[in-house]
Amino acid sequence: MTQGPAITDEVRAMIGATSEPDILEVERGAIRRYADAIEDPNPLFRDVEQARNSRYGEIICPPGFFGWPVKRSGRMGLTAKVREALTKAGYPRLLDGGVEYECFLPIRAGDTLTAYSKIADITEREGKTGKMTFTITETTYVNQNGDLVVKARGTMICR
Amino acid sequence: MAKQVYYEDVEEGMEIPSLAKDVTTQQLVKWAGASGDYYQIHYDKDFAQATGLPGVIVHGRLKSSFLGQLLSDWVGEEGTVKKVSVQHRGMDFPGEQMTCKGKVTKKHVQDGEHIVELEIWTENPKGERNAPGSAVVALPSRG
Repeated sequence: MTQGPAITDEVRAMIGATSEPDILEVERGAIRRYADAIEDPNPLFRDVEQARNSRYGEIICPPGFFGWPVKRSGRMGLTAKVREALTKAGYPRLLDGGVEYECFLPIRAGDTLTAYSKIADITEREGKTGKMTFTITETTYVNQNGDLVVKARGTMICR
Repeated sequence: MAKQVYYEDVEEGMEIPSLAKDVTTQQLVKWAGASGDYYQIHYDKDFAQATGLPGVIVHGRLKSSFLGQLLSDWVGEEGTVKKVSVQHRGMDFPGEQMTCKGKVTKKHVQDGEHIVELEIWTENPKGERNAPGSAVVALPSRG
């Protein structure tokens, strides 16, 4: 596949695009499964008794876990469209470039989060193995009380 | 669990206790299930090699989650992980031990919170730091 300019008009038009909100349920079982996967024995993520006696009063999410999506077509739909346009431009290979998140409040089992995503920017750069594009998605998570809990940024690399 | 760390115990430049992870392909499967990242380069060797990779590779976000544990272990029940930023710079493979490390870069009191900033990273057996980043935490104070 020949590589033309990465930031085609079609790609540039997607900067600023927003998604339908995603809904995430925060459940004890999902938190425990996540803690098992990373092999984190922390009782705040696993032991209901201990979590209840802690300052949190309930099982909380490990850093970086924001629940399980009931619906995830919002953010995934956005990045899939960008990826499709970049594939057409000749940049089909996908890599996860990194994550950033800022936590404002604890996330407890039983919470329901609504996530609003936006394509914040799409840039390109020459790398060692050729041109790389960076798509930054910003997601804001709000809990069932309307409180801001997390602001996150993810970088998708297409090359 | 380790003893609770306090703001007064922390010095700029100190390294925090490191966290070793023996990553297996089974763990990559558990992570795929727990995170919803089913991209085949992480568990299907034929698929991974067809995309030009030497074999299955560790998910970037599994590495950043290990770094999350490095921080939540250190801050303890009374501390708070406020901000984490990790770049996925290079490939790491299952079957290799990954060590998560952190170093305090700054400490200061801001709006009544006792803030500690850190540099964090993963290190593979070759010493490559493929998931470098930074973090901000708040610690309890002895007053």
